Amino acid sequence: MQRYFISKLGQSVLLLFGVLLLVFVMVRITGDPAALMMPREASPEDVEAFREAMGFNRPLPLQFVDFLSGAIVGDFGNSLHFKTPAMPMVLARLPATVQLAGVGLLMAIVVGIPLGLVGGFTPGSLVDSVGRGLALLGQSIPNFWLALIMILFFAVRLGWFPSFGRDYWNSVIMPAFVLGLPTMGQIVRLTRSAVLEIRGEDFIRTANSKGLEPGTIYTKHVLRNVAIPLVSVIGVQFGYMLGGSIYIETIFAWPGIGQLLEQSIGWRDFPLVQAIAIFTSLVVLAINLFTDVAYAVIDPRIRYDT
Amino acid sequence: MTTILQVENLVTRFYTLDGVVYAVNGVSFNLQKGETLAIVGESGSGKSVTMMSILGLIPIPPGKIESGEAGLLLDDPPRDLLRLSPPELRRVRGGRIGFVFQDPISSLNPVLTIGEQITESLTKHLGLSREKAKAQTIKLLGYVGISDPELRYKNYPHQFSGGMRQRVMIAIAIACSPEIVIADEPTTALDVTIQAQIVELFQRLQKEMGMAIIWITHDLGVVAGIADRVLVMYGGRVAEVALVDDLYELPQHPYTVGLLGALPRLDATDTKRLVSIQGTPPDLLVPLNHCPFAKRCEYAFERCRAEIPALRPVGAGHRVACFYDLQKGKPRHD
Amino acid sequence: MTPDELTQPADNLLDVERTFSERLAYIGRFFWRDKSGIIGLVMFFLVVFAAVFSPAISPYNPLKQNLRDSKMLPAWTAEGSWDHPFGTDNLGRDIFSRVIYGARVSLTVGFFGVLIAGTLGMVLGAIAGYAGGRIDSVIMGVINLVLSLPYLLFVVFIAAILGRSLINVILIFGITDSPVFARVTRGEVLRIRESGYVESAISAGARWPRIVFDHIIPNLIGPLITLATFEMSAMIFYEAGLGFLGLSVPPTVPSWGNMLAAGRKYLTSYPWIATFPGLAIMFTSMGMNLLGDWLRDVLDPRLRRSRK
Ligand SMILES: Nc1ncnc2c1ncn2[C@@H]1O[C@H](COP(=O)(O)OP(=O)(O)OP(=O)(O)O)[C@@H](O)[C@H]1O
Ligand SMILES: [Mg+2]
Repeated sequence: MQRYFISKLGQSVLLLFGVLLLVFVMVRITGDPAALMMPREASPEDVEAFREAMGFNRPLPLQFVDFLSGAIVGDFGNSLHFKTPAMPMVLARLPATVQLAGVGLLMAIVVGIPLGLVGGFTPGSLVDSVGRGLALLGQSIPNFWLALIMILFFAVRLGWFPSFGRDYWNSVIMPAFVLGLPTMGQIVRLTRSAVLEIRGEDFIRTANSKGLEPGTIYTKHVLRNVAIPLVSVIGVQFGYMLGGSIYIETIFAWPGIGQLLEQSIGWRDFPLVQAIAIFTSLVVLAINLFTDVAYAVIDPRIRYDT
Repeated sequence: MTTILQVENLVTRFYTLDGVVYAVNGVSFNLQKGETLAIVGESGSGKSVTMMSILGLIPIPPGKIESGEAGLLLDDPPRDLLRLSPPELRRVRGGRIGFVFQDPISSLNPVLTIGEQITESLTKHLGLSREKAKAQTIKLLGYVGISDPELRYKNYPHQFSGGMRQRVMIAIAIACSPEIVIADEPTTALDVTIQAQIVELFQRLQKEMGMAIIWITHDLGVVAGIADRVLVMYGGRVAEVALVDDLYELPQHPYTVGLLGALPRLDATDTKRLVSIQGTPPDLLVPLNHCPFAKRCEYAFERCRAEIPALRPVGAGHRVACFYDLQKGKPRHD
Repeated sequence: MTPDELTQPADNLLDVERTFSERLAYIGRFFWRDKSGIIGLVMFFLVVFAAVFSPAISPYNPLKQNLRDSKMLPAWTAEGSWDHPFGTDNLGRDIFSRVIYGARVSLTVGFFGVLIAGTLGMVLGAIAGYAGGRIDSVIMGVINLVLSLPYLLFVVFIAAILGRSLINVILIFGITDSPVFARVTRGEVLRIRESGYVESAISAGARWPRIVFDHIIPNLIGPLITLATFEMSAMIFYEAGLGFLGLSVPPTVPSWGNMLAAGRKYLTSYPWIATFPGLAIMFTSMGMNLLGDWLRDVLDPRLRRSRK
C-alpha cells in the first residue's frame, strides 16, 4: 500500500513537471510570446520593451529555469491586466468552481448510480430505458447550448432560478446540472455495465450455491465490486468537470476559474491563462492521486499486493 | 445402503440466439448415503449443467429446466428439489448440499475476506452468532489444512495460492455439514501435486464427516482411486453406470470402452487424462431421435440410428444405454 | 471515451424466453438495438449529405446579409414564412442555409482531426508496442501526460495562442487526440506479441509485413473504427465549443459554434437564432454516438459472443 502510494505520488510529480514544460513550450510556440501578449496595435518599441521586461529575449533554458523556480514557490508572474500576481487571483476563484463541480458531481451521483443499478439488475425495464436515454442525451447535448436553453426556460420564462451570478442559494442549481449531465450519463453507463458484468461472475454463482438471500448477494457481493470501477470514473469525471467548467461559468457568469479563463483570454493576459492552466492541472492531478488511493482502499487486491 | 438423492429424467435446455442447446436430455441417477459417485464424460456432455440444474444454479434465461425430478429422499416426506420454493431451495443450497467449483480463482469474491465468505454461510444456515461463526470458521480453515487460520481468516482470496483457495472453497462447501458435496472438476485448475492433496483432503473429509460426494472429472486415474460408482455421460445422457471395479473390468458401452482404451494402464503414471475418441462430439443444437454415439461407434447398426437406447440393467447395479452386447459380440434382444 | 465504454458487455442478447409474447419482446429489443445503429447511420449520412451538397440544398448564400429581413421567425410560427424555414439572424442571413453550411466546418474538423489523430496515434502506438523498453516508456509517459490533463482547458489554451483558423483547429485536435488512438494500438500490438503467435509465425517463415497485415490490422480495425466514430463526434463537439468562445474558425465562417456565439446575444428576444445550430450539433452527436455504440457491439472482437 505504501509502495503503491509512493509510486503514484512519484508519477504525479513527474506529470506535474510535464505540465510545466508543456505550458512553457506552448506559450513560446508561435516564436514570439511578446507579440502574443501585447495588444495588436502596440508599437514595435512597446513590444520590445515588454519583451525585455518579461525576459523573453534571454536564452530559453535560462527562461525555463526561472519559470520552474518561480513555479515551485507558486509565483507565475503578474497578470498583465490587473498588474498583480496571477496565482492569488486564481486561488480566489477556486471555491466557486469547486462548489459548482461538487454540486454537479453530487447530482450526477445521486441520479446516475441508482439508475445504473436498477438498469443493470433489470435490463430492458422501463427504468433501464430511462437511464440509457439519459446517458445518450448526456453524451449528445452540447452543454453550452443546453445552458442557454435552460436559462431561456427556467430563468427567463418561468423565473424559477436566477439566470446568472452566484448570489442566491439556488444560483448553483442550473449551472451544476448542466455541468453534471454528461457525467450523469457516464455514471449510468458504467454502473449498468459493471452490474451486468459482475452478475455473471463465477463468485456470484458461488454465493448462490451457499444459499444466500438475493438481497445479500446484491448488496454485499455485487455492489462492492461495482464500487471499484465507479470510484475511478467518479474521480476522473470530477477532474474533467473542474477543468471543463469554462462554458458554464461563462454563460452563467459564475465567478469561478472558468470564467476567469475566458476573461483572461479576452484580455490576452497570458500569464494569467498560464497560471490557470497550471493550477487546474495541479488540482486535477491531486484528484487523480486521491482517486488512486480511494481505489486502493476499496480494492484489497491493490491494498495488500504492493 | 440408503438412497439420499434420486434424479429422474432431468431435461435442461438453453434457448440461445443460435437455437436451442439440448444440454441435458433425460438424465436419471441416484446417490447413496456416504458414497462417492464419479461423473465422467467429455467436455460438453452436460455434467455441470446436470448438477447445477439440481440446485437451480443455471442462468435462467437462457436456461430452462424442462422436466424431471430430483428427490431428497431422506426428508419426510421426500421433497423434489426442482419444485421447491426459492427460500426452501436456498436452505438446501449450502446447508444440505455443498458445491465446489472448478476454478478457485474466479469462484471467490475478490473484495471480501475469505473468513467473511465462510461465515456468511454459517450465519445463514446454522443461525450462529457472529463470534461463534468466526470461531467455527477458524476451526474449519484449520480442518481443511490451512495453517495459521486465525491470521488467514482476515486475508483476501488473492493472498492465497490456487490450491489454498480450493481448500477455502471446500471449507465453504462443508461448512454446514451437508449430506452431499458436489465437486465440479475441483482439481482441473491445479498443479498435479496439489491435485493429489485436494483428492486426499476430500477422502479424509468423507471418512470423518460421512457425506456423499459427487465428483465430476475428466481424470479417470482419480476415478479409480476414489469413486465407489461411476456414471458415464455422453451427449447429455447417461451412457453407463456401474460400480467402479465392474466398469473398469467389464465396460459395456462402446463409449466407455473408448474412454478406458484411451487410458494408459494404471502403472503408467504420467497422463491419465481422457484422450479424445475418434470423431466429434454430438451437435447439441439438434434434437436427436437416435443414439447420440451412433456416428462415432464402430458397432453401430440400423437400430442405433433409429432409436434412442434406454438404460437397461446388465448386472448388479450395472446399467448401460446400448443396443449392442459387447460380451456376446452381437445386438441385444429384448 | 473511457475504458468502460470499450468493455461494456453487449446487452443480454442471449435472454430468450419461450412464451410467444416474451420472444416477441426480445426480438423487438434486439431489433431496437440494431435499429438504433441504423438510425445513427442515417443521421450521420444526412449530415454528410448536407455538408457535401450544401450549395445545392441551401436556398440562400449563407453569408448574404439582408437587414430588411433580419430576425425573422421560423416558418411554422405565425409570423414566419417558408422563404426562410428556420428564420433569419440578426443580420438577416438565412439560418437554414447557415446550418447546412455549418455541417461542412464540423465534418471537416472531425474528419481530418480523426485522420491525423488516428494516423499519428497508430504510428506512435505501434512503435511503443513494438520497440518496448525505453522508447515505450517515453511514448507512454507523454500519452499519460496528455490523458491526465484537463483536456478542454488545454485545447482552449492552445487555440487562444494559435489564433482562429480551420487548419489550427484541425491540428490541435489531431495532435491532442492522438494518444487515445496510440493507447489502443499499443495495447493490441502488445497483446498479439504476448500471445506467442508472432514467434510461431516467424519460426514458420512469415515476415513482419505479413504478420502486420494478416493479424495486427484485422484485430485493430474494429476497435479503431469504433473509437474513430466516438472521437469524431467529440471533436465536432469541441469545435463548436471553441467556436462558442470565439476561438475556432474566423467569425465570418458559418460554423455551428460561431452561430451559437452570435445567437447568444439575442437569446431572450430572438431565441431561435441560437436554437438551430445547437440542435444541429445535438443531431450530429447523437447520430454518431448511436452509430458508435452499435459499431462497438458489432465490430469489437472482444465482445463478439460465441454460443458457449
Ligand atoms: N449458459 C449457457 N448458455 C448456453 N449454453 C450453455 C450454457 N451453459 C452450458 N451450455 C451448454 O450446455 C452443454 C453442456 O455443458 P456442460 O457445462 O454441462 O458440459 P460439461 O460436461 O460440464 O463439460 P466440461 O467438461 O467442459 O465442464 C454445452 O454444450 C454448453 O455449451
Ligand atoms: Mg463442466
